[in-house]
Amino acid sequence: MQAFTVLHGVAAPMPIDNIDTDAISPMAAGRSTSVDLGAMLFNNARYNEDGSEKPDFVLNQPRFRRSVILVAGQNFGFGSSRERAVWALMKFGIRAVIAPSFADIFYDNAFQNGLLPVVQSAERCAAITEFLQSATAPVATVDLERCIVLAAGIETPFSVPAERRLALLEGLEEIDVILRMAPDNDGFEAADRKTRPWIYSVTT
Amino acid sequence: MPTLLDKIWAEHTIRDLADGRTLLRIDRHLIHDGSSRQAFDTLRQKGWRFRNLEQNLAVVDHIISTLPDRTGESHPPGRERIHALRQNARDFDVPFFDTDSPRQGIVHVIAPELGFTLPGTTVVCGDSHTATNGALGALAWGIGTTEVMHVMATQALLTRKPKRMRASFTGRVQPGVYAKDLILAFIRQNGVTAGKGYAVEYAGPVISALGMEARMTICNMSIEFGARMGLIGVDETTIAYVDGRQWAPKGEMWDQAVAHWRTLHSDDDAAFDLEVALDCSNIGPQVSWGTKPEDMINVDDRVPEPGDDAARRSLAYMGLAPGQTLEGVPIDYAFIGSCTNSRLSDLQEAARVIRGRKVAPGVTALAVPGSMTVKAEAEAIGLDRVFIEAGFEWRNAGCSMCVASNGDRVLPGRRSISTTNRNFEDRQGPGSRTHLASPASVAAAAVSGHITDVRKLLRH
Ligand code: SF4
Repeated sequence: MQAFTVLHGVAAPMPIDNIDTDAISPMAAGRSTSVDLGAMLFNNARYNEDGSEKPDFVLNQPRFRRSVILVAGQNFGFGSSRERAVWALMKFGIRAVIAPSFADIFYDNAFQNGLLPVVQSAERCAAITEFLQSATAPVATVDLERCIVLAAGIETPFSVPAERRLALLEGLEEIDVILRMAPDNDGFEAADRKTRPWIYSVTT
Repeated sequence: MPTLLDKIWAEHTIRDLADGRTLLRIDRHLIHDGSSRQAFDTLRQKGWRFRNLEQNLAVVDHIISTLPDRTGESHPPGRERIHALRQNARDFDVPFFDTDSPRQGIVHVIAPELGFTLPGTTVVCGDSHTATNGALGALAWGIGTTEVMHVMATQALLTRKPKRMRASFTGRVQPGVYAKDLILAFIRQNGVTAGKGYAVEYAGPVISALGMEARMTICNMSIEFGARMGLIGVDETTIAYVDGRQWAPKGEMWDQAVAHWRTLHSDDDAAFDLEVALDCSNIGPQVSWGTKPEDMINVDDRVPEPGDDAARRSLAYMGLAPGQTLEGVPIDYAFIGSCTNSRLSDLQEAARVIRGRKVAPGVTALAVPGSMTVKAEAEAIGLDRVFIEAGFEWRNAGCSMCVASNGDRVLPGRRSISTTNRNFEDRQGPGSRTHLASPASVAAAAVSGHITDVRKLLRH
């Protein structure tokens, strides 16, 4: 997993609630491994049917084409569990999403890949959005070492689960933590086979 | 004292970590064509195998054609993924139902149907509607592809225990109102984020009176309410449902399992972090007007005034005006299927409305059984004839028009009434307009050519 320490760069405002994972990465993006997920990020909102760009869409605007941060509305990542939504954001270059809240599955998927979901109050998100829409340099900083967002001239704290923060700072994979507990897993299974034998006797 | 969630959680705890996480044992893992590929790739790169093969099951459902003579080649854009899953299942020896298997079907339909999902099990799948399986008194939830790989390699997940919510459904359910209407009304009442961070236990006299398939419809839509897990305590209905299923325990092991399963309900004095209630008495048939699952009204109510920009955008997308009725809004597609509503009882409820009637001119109507088993059961009692004679297409099993990734889709700007679970923009195909409803309501619209109150058709 890619480590995450301090991120500074262009931030795109998308002040919409309930942006769902179907919208972030549509079904068609998952057909083949040869699909460029980043190019298909927000496909339906971003392109016309003939493939040309919709000029109004935020990531198509010259100021926001190289965004590394997204500032969204509440319940970001709603809907389908597709982890591809996280991959698509990262392929585009987004490394952090700031929003008042995230859908549970998306939130977990983001951490597994090194995309940082940052919770800020709705008021703070609105203030950052307003700043980004008018600023000559629409940039923000997300500092995971200090757990601080710097945007619109002020710093605000954010919190993430301690183990997630550590994993991101050091680029640690969760599977390695699980594998270290293999003896516990073995012990559990041996005992469980005696108490719940039916779990282990699936006859296909 | 403990709730059902507490009991299942404790029973599957391998180890509690100091930081509040739990290493949790996973009993059942479901794999489909949409979310597993990169997990297999990682396993291959690392040289790992599945830890407990027999506790995993793979099937093609999302991207498979539902046309009568379908093969894995029928829908060209789906080929690559079907081939990949087939090869992965072969390379790793995973039990697999291919396109021609008589047991193929939507993953959340076949797992309970086969007796693969059992009461008290932990069930995961790279799919947000995994909570469907919670109807059996299982703890079932959707995970991402990285976690899919964790389960393949270790049959365990590192996770945090959700909070406990109980949703009590009370009152008298009106005729023409089905489990789908109840869960839609519940989401309407509480909104799409109310379940965040919770496992929801559905309870109360209305839930107890429901059959297993209706309970699956309820648990299915937990994610539309923001909850990853939805579950229902084990009772005699549950045990009767599991009894005799192909992979269910048999003989002495059955008795042992049943004795354990009878303990799998929240204790009388169990404490929940949150209690919510739904009075089902005044709920009519539900139909959605917007692009979020909470955008619901009773079919005889009027489309509400938009309260914010999102609602205005929804209405514009749906081509509807505030204050209008949904009754009479013409439809182009009627879809009966998906893991929400594609089981035998769903088809029966629709057939009751359709029998002796014809699909209205200009309406494309699809009936897509959730599994090839459901299809065979329906055909054994002649339901296929009812659908076909009315002018429905009678298809093979798959996700089909729920997610529009297999060639079945709603054309841009066209209007669909659908038994599925998501009315998001573009969900049934780019530009599609979706109205969520029960199978009976969809059937009523199909034969009327427009959205209508199914109770009018049931009276005759
Ligand atoms: S039927 Fe629809 S919601 Fe259910 S698993 Fe398939 S695509 Fe997902």
